[in-house]
Amino acid sequence: MWSLPRNAWQAAADGLRALPRSEPDLTYAGQVHPHSPGPPVISAQRLSKHYGEFRAVDGISFDVPAGEAFGLLGPNGAGKSTTMRMIGGVSQRTSGHLTIMGLDPEEHGPEVRAHLGVVPQQDNLDEELRVRDNLIVYGRYFGLPLSYLGPKADELLEFAQLTDKASAKVDALSGGMKRRLTIARSLINEPRILLLDEPTTGLDPQARHILWDRLFRLKEAGVTLILTTHYMDEAEQLCDRLVVVDKGQIMAEGSPAQLIRDHSTREVLELRFGSERNTTVAAELQGIGDRLEPLPDRVLIYARDGEAALEEVSARGLKPLTSLVRRSSLEDVFLRLTGRSLVD
Amino acid sequence: MTEPRTTVPDDHPAHRPYRLHSHAPEVSASRARRFGTWYYAEHVLRSMRSYRWTLLASSVGTPVVYLVALGVGLATLVDRNSAAAFGGVGYLAFIAPALLASAAIMTAATEFTYPVMDGFKWRRVYYGPHASPLGTDQIVNGHVLAITLRLLASTAIYFVIIAAFGASPSPAGVLVVPVAVLTGLAFGLPLLAYAAGVEDDRGQFPLVMRFVVTPLFLFSGTFFPLETLPLFLRWIGWISPLWHGTELGRALTYGYELPGWLALVHGLVLVVLAVVGLHLARTVFARRLGR
Repeated sequence: MWSLPRNAWQAAADGLRALPRSEPDLTYAGQVHPHSPGPPVISAQRLSKHYGEFRAVDGISFDVPAGEAFGLLGPNGAGKSTTMRMIGGVSQRTSGHLTIMGLDPEEHGPEVRAHLGVVPQQDNLDEELRVRDNLIVYGRYFGLPLSYLGPKADELLEFAQLTDKASAKVDALSGGMKRRLTIARSLINEPRILLLDEPTTGLDPQARHILWDRLFRLKEAGVTLILTTHYMDEAEQLCDRLVVVDKGQIMAEGSPAQLIRDHSTREVLELRFGSERNTTVAAELQGIGDRLEPLPDRVLIYARDGEAALEEVSARGLKPLTSLVRRSSLEDVFLRLTGRSLVD
Repeated sequence: MTEPRTTVPDDHPAHRPYRLHSHAPEVSASRARRFGTWYYAEHVLRSMRSYRWTLLASSVGTPVVYLVALGVGLATLVDRNSAAAFGGVGYLAFIAPALLASAAIMTAATEFTYPVMDGFKWRRVYYGPHASPLGTDQIVNGHVLAITLRLLASTAIYFVIIAAFGASPSPAGVLVVPVAVLTGLAFGLPLLAYAAGVEDDRGQFPLVMRFVVTPLFLFSGTFFPLETLPLFLRWIGWISPLWHGTELGRALTYGYELPGWLALVHGLVLVVLAVVGLHLARTVFARRLGR
């Protein structure tokens, strides 16, 4: 790819060795700057996947430009993973068009997959191999030579904060460590597009934050991230733009802020009157704020000013057990669009 | 701190901690298309490395135990009483090719059952390479190639021990090694196709061992010529890859008389079973991984 004279590489390497270095630099050769306009790296048009009568993915369309962090947000069974598997070139679509880097994954499977890094929903590390060997073995699938894979594996272990586990058995890793190893593995071929299917599901909050930090660094390095999640905070943290998916269809599309602006109010007042009274009290709350959403465990009042709404509730002589004023989130957007909560 | 003596601009990608970069995706794809089978085989062989001593111990231990028990024990008795019953050779020479072929079948039966279930369901090892530039055919071929190499190694060790016991008098005897490997594959590859289709472990594999592998082991002319059996049991031998492999092996190790056409039929049966099994396995893998 790069045809520098040998001594230039050597000089650069010598120079770098002399530099103090705290974090491995994951800036890729020939990277595309984030948000640079250009042809989409992924383009889906009326993409569908049916299993018999069941429409797992039902005519979804989106384009992802290079360098964007693009999210598919939706509940379990919304068709997110199926979409990811089609983008990943491992599952055939029923109809529609799909290109990755301008290539149809069904005609150019190996070429498409060579462009990608994939973090599947369920880890599939080889537990009979040591941590570092998992990276090397995976790199061999891309025909990468061992002379590259050795130092690259060490660099990625450092990035994934697993250097001291290099020769550990995979069995011995915690869930969060396994997840980080899977992410490290997906980077072995220096992909410009990373597919992450529910990257933090099942992890504890601390492990999630470490992972988000690593993903954010990749985003800064210009890697296009495609991720699915059913966590709104994850989508808000990581995604430049996202689509809300339900029952195989796209319900809304935009940046997290824009979606909240379009489909919710600025603030939300959450009131709990006890599970017996939440629905009956809703009638007495009519007229407060822009919109009312009675749920089994609480009542949500959508308003520009949550404190003002709370004052009005008190003025009507209603005494909630607890009250909370918060900013609107994607959870509210989802609730509005589908009438259901995201998780459970 | 010394100033870096660079001759490249500051924003150049050479300013990375390591000099090496991944090659372009196009290179990955074309290499995977050409050598993908080997890449996956490499993975399987590497994972075998973690239990290499167990493998070596069983590759040496099994033949030694069988040959001592049957060769020193049983054969002495048999040879004393019915020297002519086995075509004029010692009993040990008679059973050695059968033991070799059945060891290959046992190994193939182990490698092509639980590890396959592991690949699809338990640890989902197949799904990793499936997301890489490798194709499903290459995953199957690579797995088969690795197991073939393992069969070759363990069969070769077995043969050396047979030869040390003097149970392979003919100079052509060493050719029994590839025949035994082929026999293992003729049984193992159809089994691989079956195992790849098993969704839930409800004890199917122990049933295969008990009701397929064991009867084949006992009724394929292993310990006595197939002709000794009544006609209504002889079909077990005819459909058994073990019988075909053993007959071929005997012709090679001690010059058991086998007409050319029959040798050809034996070889053909083994090849057809292996090829059909491999083809079926690829189909089942592609369907299951590509859901």
